[in-house]
Amino acid sequence: MPAKVITLTIDGRDVSAREDYTILDAAKEANVKIPTLCHLEGLCDVGACRLCMVEVKGIPKLLPACVTKVSEGMSVTTDSERLLHYRMTIVELMFSERNHICSVCVSNGHCELQAMAMRLGVDHMRVPYRYPTLPVDASHERFVLDHNRCILCTRCVRACDEIEGAHTWDVMGRGIDAKVITDMNEPWGKSESCTSCGKCVNVCPTGALFEKGRSVGEMVKRKAFLPYLTQMREGKK
Amino acid sequence: MSKTRVATVWLDGCSGCHMSFLDLDERLLDIAPLIQLVHSPIADVKEFPENVDVALVEGAVSSDEDEEKILKIRERSKILVALGDCSVTSNVPSMRNQFEPNRMLHAIYGDGVIPLGGGPVPTLLRKSRPIHEFVNVDVYVPGCPPPADLIFDTISNLLAGQKREDAPAPKFG
Ligand code: SF4
Ligand code: SF4
Ligand code: SF4
Ligand code: FES
Repeated sequence: MPAKVITLTIDGRDVSAREDYTILDAAKEANVKIPTLCHLEGLCDVGACRLCMVEVKGIPKLLPACVTKVSEGMSVTTDSERLLHYRMTIVELMFSERNHICSVCVSNGHCELQAMAMRLGVDHMRVPYRYPTLPVDASHERFVLDHNRCILCTRCVRACDEIEGAHTWDVMGRGIDAKVITDMNEPWGKSESCTSCGKCVNVCPTGALFEKGRSVGEMVKRKAFLPYLTQMREGKK
Repeated sequence: MSKTRVATVWLDGCSGCHMSFLDLDERLLDIAPLIQLVHSPIADVKEFPENVDVALVEGAVSSDEDEEKILKIRERSKILVALGDCSVTSNVPSMRNQFEPNRMLHAIYGDGVIPLGGGPVPTLLRKSRPIHEFVNVDVYVPGCPPPADLIFDTISNLLAGQKREDAPAPKFG
């Protein structure tokens, strides 16, 4: 049965959307740009970063647009002082949680976190930096994982599982101690499940995953392949 | 009209931000008649003066000496500008923050005598930190270094007594 079409308003504009759409899908179709970090076209959504949160009339808390379905008559605000305040704070927390030293990062100038900070007008972090002691795993023959720059978006986890089908990645620990791991928390280079396809590296928004031999500012990510690969599969949007 | 009293300061940085400032090239001549440079590593004034209008600070706060300096700079300046990533985020100096300073120094310089603690070399703070964690900052100019255009824009707007508008986009790194 074809999906029903419903109507809602986004930033005061009447728009129509399929009833199985998320707010983010509906906004995209209406050409409204909601900031996102963990969302990536071609992967399922998990609502990890909370950057896409929006205001929905009648609901006091903010809702993540990427995992909230539209409903008939819904009135959505995607852009307000309050939302900007929280979005800026989230980005500042990401920067201060780990050691993002942009000027010596392979992804400097090609980093989605850096770009998001600039887009939102973040020019310093209002929360103190934590400076945790975090390792770098360079055991893989082609790639490196630097926990210092990971924002736990889990794009790598989803790309490896949903697209490559290897499921090398997972998340271990909770809260501030959470980290991405390969296999059973073994060195990536020892992984028997990894096919070295590089999909995780190319979907990573920051310099947390990069190709060996890249120096500062060189690591350009290629993400265009994802929607294409997903379209080739059944049952995916 | 009296000239704007401008100071530039070099804390824990590489001087790259000052180099970028010098990259204003001939635009320095436009600014020169409007300002009086009262303190700067390129002017070699020892003591930070009183009544400074605009202080541009490069570098993070990494030692007890830096900390003393930044408190004094704040006290004596009307507008404090954090110039560059080291000042804004602690940047490269913060790469040592995962390690205990004395163990790090001995790992680098060996077991010889390191003249710290009241000697000629200031004592390192446990962590190198951005200046706004010590004092109130009025204007942030990130970038490693910030491009000369952005510095020019910041200075000319401050001289005109305006808030920065349509400034070239800054970026970390
Ligand atoms: S290289 Fe491919 S198989 Fe290996 S972890 Fe990354 S996505 Fe998975
Ligand atoms: S390694 Fe990269 S893709 Fe994976 S969770 Fe961290 S930031 Fe996201
Ligand atoms: S921000 Fe960059 S150029 Fe400026 S002092 Fe620090 S390392 Fe040097
Ligand atoms: S994009 Fe929706 S929570 Fe990250």
